[in-house]
Amino acid sequence: MTESSHRAPLSDVQLRVRALESLLTEKGVVNRETLDGIVDHYENKVGPHIGAAIVARAWMDPEFKARLLEDASTTLADQGYTGIEGSHMVVVENTDAVHNLTVCTLCSCYPWPVLGLPPNWYKSTPYRAKAVRDPRGLLREFGLELPEETAVRVWDSNAEIRYLVLPKRPEGTENMSEAELQEIVTRDSMVGTGQATLEQ
Amino acid sequence: MNGIHDIGGMDNIGPVNIEKDEPVFHEDWESRVYAMTLATMGAGIFVTDEVRYMTETIPPADYLTFSYYEKWLYSLEHMMLKKNMVTREELESGEVSAPELTAGFEAASLERMAYGMKNRMPVFVDAESPPRFKAGDAIIARNINPPHHTRIPRYIRGRRGVVEMGHGIFLLPDTNAHGGPDKPQHVYSVRFSARELWGEDAPANDSLYIDLFDDYMDPD
Repeated sequence: MTESSHRAPLSDVQLRVRALESLLTEKGVVNRETLDGIVDHYENKVGPHIGAAIVARAWMDPEFKARLLEDASTTLADQGYTGIEGSHMVVVENTDAVHNLTVCTLCSCYPWPVLGLPPNWYKSTPYRAKAVRDPRGLLREFGLELPEETAVRVWDSNAEIRYLVLPKRPEGTENMSEAELQEIVTRDSMVGTGQATLEQ
Repeated sequence: MNGIHDIGGMDNIGPVNIEKDEPVFHEDWESRVYAMTLATMGAGIFVTDEVRYMTETIPPADYLTFSYYEKWLYSLEHMMLKKNMVTREELESGEVSAPELTAGFEAASLERMAYGMKNRMPVFVDAESPPRFKAGDAIIARNINPPHHTRIPRYIRGRRGVVEMGHGIFLLPDTNAHGGPDKPQHVYSVRFSARELWGEDAPANDSLYIDLFDDYMDPD
């Protein structure tokens, strides 16, 4: 107990969660091993590195890219990238003419198996409010100014389909390996709030 | 329900707070709330649509001020009460006083959760129900204002769009969130021009795509 006396006191919410977990565990509603395994999966196993590998492969392999754009759910599941919040996938491609942006205005839907859990801003009310009404203004908050002639397509993932943006491959990457390409694919470029660039 | 959660298109909500190199969870309790929600759902106590609706019933002022996982905590506690897994007294004390409520209950195993986290959900198939719409069809989003859970947001109701693609058959959230009856039906991606939604000042080439259930639209 001497050790804990040096720590900050637990907040109300920490105490509530601790009480709830102990209650549900003791009542046999959850078990600790399952909870630890879930946290480990989403904290350490899945994340934007998976999406980056998919994008880099699509950039290198036109046949894979065509399959991804045609039937993302099957193509991704074949690679082992599927599961809760990612069973039904659509991949949308950014080009010089089109920029895609994803949002969930009603809650926080996001393609967990390929991007992991969403960042706080994605789940926040300002992002959800603006993405559909003023996507160009929203993108400026992320430092991205799109030319007027680029068509902006916003995807509100309000049902069970989840969207992944296939970012535009930047110029000057023609000689890069698939592994090198993965490094320049950011989470934001796959949500549509950013672009893959060589300057990061 | 025309609730605070249906926030698409609102102004004056403030800037987007972008945190650099954000961790998956900011505090341990967030990860525990997250995992408990998944595990109780995985054990079959409730379905996603039910917990979404629970979150929508958070009082509006709280909805806007709670952190993300505080919303989840609210919904989890209220869901456990609603499903009679715990009593209010137990929630407040953290002590088990009604063990009979969960006698014989089987918690979700890690194997079961791992399966769901890594495998594709079965697609709902109903050969008796061909899609009512196809790509290119003009539609009008219904102007409906149901008091219950729904996934047709206000900002597209009554607007004209064009079907982009079909997604297959899913359970209508409007009944799935409230114990049924099951209403499996086709879901379509529908495109609305930015000008149709936001008026002539919106950029001419921009558009919004949203996934709509059959019950949310009529032919134009």
